[in-house]
Amino acid sequence: MSIITKPAPKAGTRQAGPGRAGDKVFSGAALGAGVLIVVVLFAVAMFLVIQALPTFSAAPGDITGGKGFASYIFPIVVGTLIAAAIALVIATPIGIAVALFISHYAPRGMARGLGYVVDLLAAIPSVIYGAWGATFLAAQLKVPYQWLADNLGWIPIFGGPASGTGKTILTAGIVLAVMVLPIIASLAREIFLQAPMLHQEAALALGATRWEMIRMAVLPFARGGIISAVMLGLGRALGETMAVALVLSSGPLIASLIRSGNQTIAAEIALDFPEAFGLRLSELIAAGLVLFLITLLVNMVARWIISRHKEFSGAN
Amino acid sequence: MSKRIDVSDLNVYYSDFLAVEDVNITLDAKSVTAFIGPSGCGKSTFLRTLNRMHEVIPGARVEGKVLLDGDNLYADGVDPVTVRSQIGMVFQRPNPFPTMSIRDNVLAGVKLNSRRMPKSDADELVEKSLRGANLWNEVKDRLGKPGSGLSGGQQQRLCIARAIAVSPEVILMDEPCSALDPISTLAIEDLINELKDEYTVVIVTHNMQQAARVSDKTAFFNIAGTGKPGKLIEFAETATIFNNPSQKSTEDYVSGRFG
Repeated sequence: MSIITKPAPKAGTRQAGPGRAGDKVFSGAALGAGVLIVVVLFAVAMFLVIQALPTFSAAPGDITGGKGFASYIFPIVVGTLIAAAIALVIATPIGIAVALFISHYAPRGMARGLGYVVDLLAAIPSVIYGAWGATFLAAQLKVPYQWLADNLGWIPIFGGPASGTGKTILTAGIVLAVMVLPIIASLAREIFLQAPMLHQEAALALGATRWEMIRMAVLPFARGGIISAVMLGLGRALGETMAVALVLSSGPLIASLIRSGNQTIAAEIALDFPEAFGLRLSELIAAGLVLFLITLLVNMVARWIISRHKEFSGAN
Repeated sequence: MSKRIDVSDLNVYYSDFLAVEDVNITLDAKSVTAFIGPSGCGKSTFLRTLNRMHEVIPGARVEGKVLLDGDNLYADGVDPVTVRSQIGMVFQRPNPFPTMSIRDNVLAGVKLNSRRMPKSDADELVEKSLRGANLWNEVKDRLGKPGSGLSGGQQQRLCIARAIAVSPEVILMDEPCSALDPISTLAIEDLINELKDEYTVVIVTHNMQQAARVSDKTAFFNIAGTGKPGKLIEFAETATIFNNPSQKSTEDYVSGRFG
């Protein structure tokens, strides 16, 4: 009875309580963090633009290659995109499959062990991957490349003669795929584990097999998350420096993936930066700016893809 | 399109824990059977063994027989996927697939059997199923909209439409109204009364008035204490269970003395 007879606290007293102060601190902290990220991003962008300006105003003849910035940057942009595309084409299906195996197929003990291994892969520094790619993987791939050149050489991307060292853009792409795989796999796994049991049971109760259940209730739910995971992987593949610098013996842009040649923006910056000064330095920073814009564009496209299906996302 | 279920000597386990002990029961075709009993007595667990959904939970298993018109669902070589396509289920919380439209939700189970059906047949089936679930008039103009945009009661009827679209022999309902308001509940109860003309319906409910209103027969489950297995205490005509039960604990439960 004492509960009922006690006077109820006045509505006004709540405002002075500690909960209110906590609210203010938290909203202030959240706002601060939000502003900070914008400021940092803006500062980086400004730095890149200001430092890159001399390149854009320089005479075309002074730019590396002697034909202006556009023809300098074009081959390495394409090289960057090719390497990243190879990485994603390989890593996305494998990453999703690994994640599904861990979340829905493997026995519980095995799933945990495998999860640790995947997370461990993500923690290996990129220089290790680069060294592995340059010394081991490239040598192993020489024979397959020769076979590709002999048998599928009529397809431009497998045009011969195959590289004698194996240090090609395809090798770099494969190394990038191995690096990107754990990012995609571990993010996708987290999302698959969050797929609502309610809908998975609904699918099973309709007579779905496990794979059909995954297609009905897990993959559609995880769609946005998978795209985010792939974009994060793409971000790493686009920006990866050390592994590509070590694995790829670079050169001018060529169509064949199994010959020496091509270059990525990040590796170009890393290799040339220590000795660059003056206009060359500005050029490299301008290349960095282009990479920045590509990444921004990719992320915006990803957001757009996710938002297109908002109505059916289950968030409402 | 409806079959009877005979359960004999069924024990239900979660790993080593015996959750429901020694159930023997016969569920008649084209009738509504209600399972009542206090929380944790195993009535939902038992319901889920009737379409082999129980074993979805890791470590869960069953001993005994469940016969669907004489065919043991737990015989060697019986695929649980086939069992589930014959015995539909409606869950406690409405669970239409959020990524599918209302139309696709109704067709979800049919498409699984990878039957390619012409659009006109599909349209016909969607209308028939939604009419069967008393939902057609409310959604016929927005079949392409997501099912998650409907009200809770409409979503639950959509789930019933999805279940009857595959023409099951039996429909299991696990507290289908516990997340719904009284008016939606009434709509579902009316629907259950219509469903029994064509299907065998089994419903788990916490609401004794609901059991009294919708069911022909009622099974009372009880549990001796925490950690003890649930048991089927009494199974009889609904009127008998509520007015003249033979067991003391049934009488105590239906008269509101515990549970």
